[in-house]
Amino acid sequence: MILLQLFFEFFKVGLFSVGGGLATLPFLYNLSNTTAWFTHSDVTNMIAIAESTPGAIGVNMSTYAGYLTAGIPGGVIATVGLVAPSIIIILVIANLLDKFQDNQYVQSAFFGLRPASLAMISAAGVSVVKVALIDVNAFEASGQIGDLLMVPGLILAAVLYVLSKKTKWNLVVLLAISAVIGVVFHFAGV
Amino acid sequence: MILKGEVDVKELVELFLIFMKIGSIAFGGGYAMLPILQREFVEKRNWVSDEELMDYYAIGQCTPGIIAVNVSTFIGNKRKGILGGIVSTLGFVSIPIVLLIVIAAFLSNFADYAIVKNAFAGIRVCVCVLIFNSVERLWKKSIVNKLALGLFAVIFVLTVLTTVSPALLVVISAIAGIVLSRFSGGKAS
Repeated sequence: MILLQLFFEFFKVGLFSVGGGLATLPFLYNLSNTTAWFTHSDVTNMIAIAESTPGAIGVNMSTYAGYLTAGIPGGVIATVGLVAPSIIIILVIANLLDKFQDNQYVQSAFFGLRPASLAMISAAGVSVVKVALIDVNAFEASGQIGDLLMVPGLILAAVLYVLSKKTKWNLVVLLAISAVIGVVFHFAGV
Repeated sequence: MILKGEVDVKELVELFLIFMKIGSIAFGGGYAMLPILQREFVEKRNWVSDEELMDYYAIGQCTPGIIAVNVSTFIGNKRKGILGGIVSTLGFVSIPIVLLIVIAAFLSNFADYAIVKNAFAGIRVCVCVLIFNSVERLWKKSIVNKLALGLFAVIFVLTVLTTVSPALLVVISAIAGIVLSRFSGGKAS
């Protein structure tokens, strides 16, 4: 019975959280308040773990929360519940788009949507840069502009940029190199 | 059309496996996986175009659910209809499900390990570069004139500096697209 309830609750999370990943957070806190499935500090830990594992943050948090609630089946069911509304809604939209793709209004809507889409992708890039390459805390502590930039990260970024342009290396290789460099040079400062 | 062509198990398995791979290297979720999608589906296989990917992101952004899942479903559907959409998403979440269950069971302090923190700090640098590459590449295809550039600038500033809902921004830009293309004669393609 708890599995059915889990499915239903996470179906609702998937249905009402617009904008992905962290948009699911308020729903998880709410679930933690209304059920005894997991605590607030569990949710905090989930964010940290979901952000340091591959895959979508919202999906990872659901698996974790589901596991805490009902073991392995719980982890699977919560995740399936979370993605079910997405699958249904996108399939409906995709099929509608197929039908109306030659419509003049649909085409001109996309004329506006593409720059907007790119703007939001760029903004997401900016927010990763803020975390990965800029150290506001060190800057505030010392007041020196030089401390604002994380120099080792910038050097790595430059090298990766050149590699990504000049070689056809698999992205997995680039990611692996970055992880190793991060560990060797203590990129997180720990 | 509900199913595109006959149910082709071999191609569905292929779709599942590709998304399984993507799910296991997509650190940072939705946006961070864009470069991987371009590599796998635009460059290697020619299954979708850069423009279509941008459309999927725009729509995936303003519809309910996780962006990465929405985009995966779109691509799968484009390739193999409804079953393709379902299979792609299941492939995408498969590895993270296993990984997260193992972590939840045995390593609940996973995120506190120094090695994890450092490795991930390195990976984030890589994600910055990859997203930058994607933006560079999509720029030519979406910023086709001054109106598009203006729209980009407005949405970018609003997204970075305010907390306006992305869903609202997407709706506004679709309407702007319809209105502006009256003046410019611009089309998406």
